Amino acid sequence: MMVVNKVGRIVPSFVENLGEFQPYAGLFATPPTGNHYAPPIRRYPGTGKKLLASLRDAILASGLKSGMTISFHHHFRNGDMLVNMVVEEIAALGLKDITLAPSSLQSIHQALIPHIRSGVISAITTSGLRGELADVLTRESLLKSPVVIRSHGGRARAIAAGELKIDVAFLGASAADVYGNMNGIHGPAACGSLGYAMVDAQYADCVIGVTDNIVPYPALPISISQTQVDFVVQVDKIGDPKGIMTGATRLTRDPLELHIAAQAMRVIEASGYFREGLSFQAGTGGASLAVAKFLKERMMDTGIRGGFCTGGSTGYICDMLQEGYFSAILDTQCFDLAAVESLRTNPRHVEMSASFYANIHGKACTAHITDIMMLGATEIDTAFNVNVLTGSDGIMMGASGGHSDTAAGTKLRLVTAPLIRGRFPIVVDNVHTVVTPGECIDVLVTERGIAVNSTQPALQERLNEAGIMTVSIEELQWRAEKLTGKPEPLAQSEDIVALVEYRDGTLIDVVRRVL
Amino acid sequence: MSKPLRRSMLFVPGNNPALIVDAPVFLPDSIILDLEDAVTVNQKDAARELVVHALRTLDFGSCEVCVRINGRHTPFFTDDVRTLVPARPHALRLAMVESAEDIVCLDELLGRCESEAGLPVGAIKIMAAIETAKGVVNAPSISLASPRLVAMSFGAEDFTNSIQSERTPQGQELLFARTAVVLAARAAGIDPIDTVFSLVDDDTGFRADVRVAKQLGFAGKSCVHPRQIALVHDVFRPTPEEVHRAERVLAAYTKALQQGTGVIAVDGRMVDGPIVTKAQRIVDIANSSKNSQNWRAQ
Repeated sequence: MMVVNKVGRIVPSFVENLGEFQPYAGLFATPPTGNHYAPPIRRYPGTGKKLLASLRDAILASGLKSGMTISFHHHFRNGDMLVNMVVEEIAALGLKDITLAPSSLQSIHQALIPHIRSGVISAITTSGLRGELADVLTRESLLKSPVVIRSHGGRARAIAAGELKIDVAFLGASAADVYGNMNGIHGPAACGSLGYAMVDAQYADCVIGVTDNIVPYPALPISISQTQVDFVVQVDKIGDPKGIMTGATRLTRDPLELHIAAQAMRVIEASGYFREGLSFQAGTGGASLAVAKFLKERMMDTGIRGGFCTGGSTGYICDMLQEGYFSAILDTQCFDLAAVESLRTNPRHVEMSASFYANIHGKACTAHITDIMMLGATEIDTAFNVNVLTGSDGIMMGASGGHSDTAAGTKLRLVTAPLIRGRFPIVVDNVHTVVTPGECIDVLVTERGIAVNSTQPALQERLNEAGIMTVSIEELQWRAEKLTGKPEPLAQSEDIVALVEYRDGTLIDVVRRVL
Repeated sequence: MSKPLRRSMLFVPGNNPALIVDAPVFLPDSIILDLEDAVTVNQKDAARELVVHALRTLDFGSCEVCVRINGRHTPFFTDDVRTLVPARPHALRLAMVESAEDIVCLDELLGRCESEAGLPVGAIKIMAAIETAKGVVNAPSISLASPRLVAMSFGAEDFTNSIQSERTPQGQELLFARTAVVLAARAAGIDPIDTVFSLVDDDTGFRADVRVAKQLGFAGKSCVHPRQIALVHDVFRPTPEEVHRAERVLAAYTKALQQGTGVIAVDGRMVDGPIVTKAQRIVDIANSSKNSQNWRAQ
């Protein structure tokens, strides 16, 4: 049966093989139920040594069977080798009907396509999908149930609640000891924070640590503890450093992105949240990261100093910490080696789990106490609903990430985006896929104008007082369409290829198969 | 109504649609769609058509829109003018102007084309680009060659070639020519526009160069990259103290006119015609800056 949710999307109330779903009803409208999940108690050898000879041995030792769920983190990004290696091994063992539950998937995981076609993998839940894998899964109904898209906080919540029960977690680490203490800071495949993996380590029935760098006990700092890890495996190579990260993320030099960032800084300054102790989450896209540059300049001019930075980290933000512009970084993932170095050396730069970051049903999450959040968008509609998952062709190409988590809790939620991307306007009548509801977006900043959500009259007034010209979002849409024309509606079938969960587990939208 | 500001004149290659569409976003005072150096010989026709289409269809907001056309002695000159006039740019910037005849020739051709297009004769203005030793020497007569002339720009790259010298960071080789262009333009009541600064990543060097241009008397600077626009506006923007004093001068002057009093003074300093004119210019620039969307301009 299909129902209409609060953002007007038609979503199923029951999905075969996945069960019942509630429709999205509002940011904090659906109360949690039940208890936290707990993994089984097992007996471990007195020596505590957990090192096994191979991935195959670890899979066998874990008791993995057909029909079970395996998980991974995506801290190795497009340099990840572990997911493909493990699935190859599982296929070789003749296992089928596996649910793949990584924190996200990248282009490199297109190697999974044959294993999806052959039935080794029959279900997927992830934050995002990219490249050929995303293309295939949007154009064909290959899985026994739709892909379930979850935000970072939503995934942490679902795992903690036992909605996403992980049978075996394969957690890569760039350094580990034989007792299962692990980190992502040392070693050739250093990736920095292991924030997304921490939730899997806590709740999976069986945790297998995989590394290419065994170090003497104890592997310090301990990001994932020996108390959570069942087995450790050493492989030749766990990731390609080139695909994991660059040396230091360079600030954009694109004048359009810099212009958008400069406008966003004006909005921040006028909003009232540019004040002593401000907390901030920079995005990673060109314009949103560049806001940090202007923020730093204004902090320099005014003497204002920030409290904590949250989310992912780049070298630029880490430099701001080092120079005293912020007092701490709470980090779920490092985006460059400069950030890894900061995590390694600066005691005020610490890792946090995805649950600590953004779990709506955790006892506290950073996303709910942050002042300013820079958000991106592939599309935004006139009700300010945001799509960060599907492209203008309807194909999945992005990730839910922490978008809806941070938008729900942060005080000032700015979307920065070019008004025209490629040949397409970014402002549309209705986004193809709602990931973040418009009720928690305050303002859209583009190179051709700024639009404040009409639900935020106080912010509108502050911008007016500061002399910042704004227009309606419909005016921005008109300005874009004057240059691009109105896009034709996409041809899609009725088949649902992905369910988009809101962070509380309700369904906010679906992705339909593109024809 | 105060005269339009020409602090920043952004060059945009006439064969690059994406850059043309985005140019007004950066709020330069003027946009110069370039059909000359930025466009190779085999793309001249296509670029000309693209520029005409852009002039007819795009909204450039409050920006003055000019087209840099190829020099009078090139095979593209006549076609450039004939094709562009019906699309009605605000002005044409003629490259490599060396004599008053170059401007007279363009003026006459523009007049014929305007009549054919049903436009009032004189609607389209002219900017003269002085880029050679000969052009510098003839700058005074060039600056008076046509009532259409609204600005005279200086181009250092071709100029240094013509005097068989090289550009240096210090710019001594340009000092006489820059000053000559400023004097000729100011004497004729038109805007002198300084040469481009090509090192787009060197903000410090660019800012210093703009300061020199402002001090020499230029009204603005040609820009080759959008990031230079805010820097130019920043240098040309009067300080709050300058604006405050200028406003008081104008207020005192207005009051004196109303009351029919003679000589007036502000802060013990006599206010006469040139002081009032300067005060008006400062207030005009300050008001224009206020309207800018660039955050640094606030």
